[in-house]
Amino acid sequence: MPTLCLTSAYSITASVNPPRAAFSDLPLGHTVGRPHQPEFQRDLLRRALNAAVNMDAPGTIAATGVTWDSDGSWKRRATPTGMESEEDASRDGDPGDSRNVRVDTPQYQYESDRLAAGSGS
Amino acid sequence: MEVRPETSTPIDYIALTRDRYDLLGYPPYQWAELTDTPPWTPLTRPLAESTVALIGSGGAYREGQTAFHWKDDTGVRRIPSADPATDIRVTHFAYDLEPAREDPNIVFPVDRLRDLVDEGVIGGLAPTALGCMGGIYSVRRATEELAPAVVAEITAMDVDLALLVPV
Repeated sequence: MPTLCLTSAYSITASVNPPRAAFSDLPLGHTVGRPHQPEFQRDLLRRALNAAVNMDAPGTIAATGVTWDSDGSWKRRATPTGMESEEDASRDGDPGDSRNVRVDTPQYQYESDRLAAGSGS
Repeated sequence: MEVRPETSTPIDYIALTRDRYDLLGYPPYQWAELTDTPPWTPLTRPLAESTVALIGSGGAYREGQTAFHWKDDTGVRRIPSADPATDIRVTHFAYDLEPAREDPNIVFPVDRLRDLVDEGVIGGLAPTALGCMGGIYSVRRATEELAPAVVAEITAMDVDLALLVPV
């Protein structure tokens, strides 16, 4: 089965080494672009899919050319889990661990999802 | 203090995570590192005639389904790709969920892939998309449980290309 892997984490994808990948220079959590910008998202997908057609060597990571902003200044706020707010990034001191605790019960987006899934309390 | 990344080159999240773990006094994170040449399956049809299957590992599930938990959940959710992204929910412990909850298409682009079908860029979208949890810290469980389940689902679909969307 041919596969194409989108990515906004170049080094991680290079380490995993999938057959075909398409890299966009975007913050983590935005693999397909900015929220509610359908043409941005479609453009990224078109570029990635068209790049895949032209790949002929396993392990290729093509650049889609899609970027978050013109000067890459968002990267100064990048963390291993996403992007800090400007406020947090300007604060002095070493950062903590921004991940949530890895609990082993379903983590619903909304309480109504829990009810809809019929899992009770 | 951490060294802030360059603005002109891709962020090296492996180095960034190593630095962060060092600061926090954690042992180094063990990244999956595959050095063999990956397997290669040629694309056999033009894109405009290809059926694409979507697999997103950002923790997407559909309203009505059981959400993923955050401790090595190797389950797979079958999500009807005809349903609008407003029916999609996302859950994950390791990335900022707010933007993806605002518009799930940025990690699970069902609406956009349907757009590309309408435009004729791709031939079709598999009726079922797959959601899974990429945050699995056990490479063994990802390899032995999650990957075979995804492969079994996808190979049963009769599609031309699997599009993987990690976070």
